[in-house]
Amino acid sequence: MPSKTALPASPKDPFKALGTTRLLNIHEIMVRARLLEERLIKMSKGGDGFFWIGGPGEEAFNVSLGLHVKKGRGVDYDFLHLHYRSSSIMLAMGAKPIDTLRQMRSVAGDPYSKGRQFVNHYAIPELNVPPVSPTIETQYVTAIGTGIAQARAKTDSVTIVNGGDGGTAEGDFHSCLVWANRPALPLPIVMIVVNNGWAISTKGSDQHGEKSVCDWAKVFPDMPGRTVDGNDVVASWAALDEAFSYARRNRRPYLLEARCSRLYGHSSSSGANRLPEVDCIARFEEQLAERGIAKADALKKVWEREAAALDEAHRAVKSETPPGDESIWEDVFVDPVPASYPTRGGR
Amino acid sequence: MANMAQAIRMALHYGEQKLGVKEVYGEDVGPPLGGVFTATQGVDCSWNSPLDERGIVGAAMGLAWAGSRPVAEVQFVDYIFNTIDLLKLAGNGHWASGGKFKTPLVIMTPTGSGIHGSMYHSHSFDSVATKLHGMKVVCPSTPIDAYGLMISAIKTDDPVLFLKPKALLRAKGEELIPGEPADEKTLKEMIDAPVGDRSKWKPKWPKLTDYSVEIGKAKVSHPGSDATVVTHGRLAPVCLDVARRFAAEGRGSVEVLDLRSLIPYDWEAIKASVKKTGRVIFVNEETEITNFGEHLIRRLVDEMFYELRVRPRLLAGKATPGIGLSPNLEYFTQPQTVDVERAVADLLADPA
Repeated sequence: MPSKTALPASPKDPFKALGTTRLLNIHEIMVRARLLEERLIKMSKGGDGFFWIGGPGEEAFNVSLGLHVKKGRGVDYDFLHLHYRSSSIMLAMGAKPIDTLRQMRSVAGDPYSKGRQFVNHYAIPELNVPPVSPTIETQYVTAIGTGIAQARAKTDSVTIVNGGDGGTAEGDFHSCLVWANRPALPLPIVMIVVNNGWAISTKGSDQHGEKSVCDWAKVFPDMPGRTVDGNDVVASWAALDEAFSYARRNRRPYLLEARCSRLYGHSSSSGANRLPEVDCIARFEEQLAERGIAKADALKKVWEREAAALDEAHRAVKSETPPGDESIWEDVFVDPVPASYPTRGGR
Repeated sequence: MANMAQAIRMALHYGEQKLGVKEVYGEDVGPPLGGVFTATQGVDCSWNSPLDERGIVGAAMGLAWAGSRPVAEVQFVDYIFNTIDLLKLAGNGHWASGGKFKTPLVIMTPTGSGIHGSMYHSHSFDSVATKLHGMKVVCPSTPIDAYGLMISAIKTDDPVLFLKPKALLRAKGEELIPGEPADEKTLKEMIDAPVGDRSKWKPKWPKLTDYSVEIGKAKVSHPGSDATVVTHGRLAPVCLDVARRFAAEGRGSVEVLDLRSLIPYDWEAIKASVKKTGRVIFVNEETEITNFGEHLIRRLVDEMFYELRVRPRLLAGKATPGIGLSPNLEYFTQPQTVDVERAVADLLADPA
């Protein structure tokens, strides 16, 4: 079992270990994710959609996370129980920005919810991503179930669950810890908490006496708990390598806390204005330039290319139609609602 | 004849053998106890969970998404209130995901009064259960219906809340379950765990067959032409008994409709019976404020006002904060046989 306190020091330069192709791929997805979130904010403010909530500031950690996933459908692949700041994870797994724009505009062609859910509420059976819910922390108890199914199967797949630091006050976080560490059946769950220090407008430091979220793992003798600088790509990559390989190999849970910026506040309800916090993309670009991995011009071109692609997607979505009124009766049950089901709203 | 707990046990065994159920779990659900009402005794894939209802319900959702077709138990419905948001998520997952995610799970839980259960072992949950839209809700009143509804609940790809009337779990039925030995002592020897050391005990299951009761179909448990009683759960056998006595005593021909499913409910069966009798009473255990029966009455008034010969009625639990332990308190709070008898007599006597 690894040490419970510190990540093992990497013998090599982590940038070299990752390699140029991977680093530039991470950068490209981070840029795509940032531009998408900023576009969503603009749409929300401009009446081209309603509420916005998302994860700008979490790209370094979340893109790295998405690239660690064993993608596919069923128990032999990783399951992801996500919250609403997970767009970077989804883009890293291959989701298309245009589909998130569709959900923002709540059009009929929104592939995640048919115009029913807030933006960044993914539901992708092909990628083992069950419906993201606006309820706080419930994903930590649904994660138990896929974890049980994977613990029973002969597989190296794991369950990933993520949420924020504020949500760790909920009982569901602790349910996940207890169930994942049952001696009768330990579960291969990578429990992730992105700690941005805030729960909407409430400071975490006023509400949480525990020194660190990852300290919750200390209760369980065999559960590693680590904190990583989630604004740093290579640190995040190494921490995720460690967490995923531990859970895959040992079929046991791992708690990983990532300290990340919340660059645009909680949501559109708090204004969604840019805040003076560390920008993980700017930092990553400095690192890439310092090491001669990419020149500033080349990086700028990535922004331009991604912005152009997003413009085109946005134009396309603008002509898409909203869902029809009667579509509310689709999917209530797996089969159509019975003919005698009350459908008049009492009128 | 099997009792309802034995019937559920047999259905769960059929489910694990033939229908892909991989996990049956909850508090004290696995060996050695097999559930506080023994409804999971001897089931191979049963196991004990932590004492955590939210974990139980959340795990069921994850297991459903992973293809395990779980049947999870919340030990008493009185303990289910802290899981309501999770039950809502189970119910709305298919709709929220635009039809992408099915959540085939069964949450079973003993409901209602009748065992001197005091404030936290006597609750009913019907009105909340019927507002978890997307969730199917069933509540059998006989062992054979419990068997058939459990098999249907396991088979459907929708989430199902399976309410077990706790006062009826030990009650025997009037019909044999397909495959059940005719002699109940034989059944007991085959599938009831012995008292004492059970570590080496294994059940000998009868040759069970696929017997389904369609979710959404009511049953006319007693045909009649003068008045309709719509009921379910613990009060269904009470209403049946009253209808039989009225028939025997020449006091009126009372039709008893056992709903069996609350969501979706069998509106066509209710309409057909009321069309015939013009007199109807809804009898259930929930408190009277915002009662499921009230919804059915409102719909009848909307759709069949001119076919009602007298005002439709509700006989329900009294709207107190709880059900007291003293038998005086419980019997006064919850409808009993004498209340059903009086209410049906009034319904029949009401001048049209």
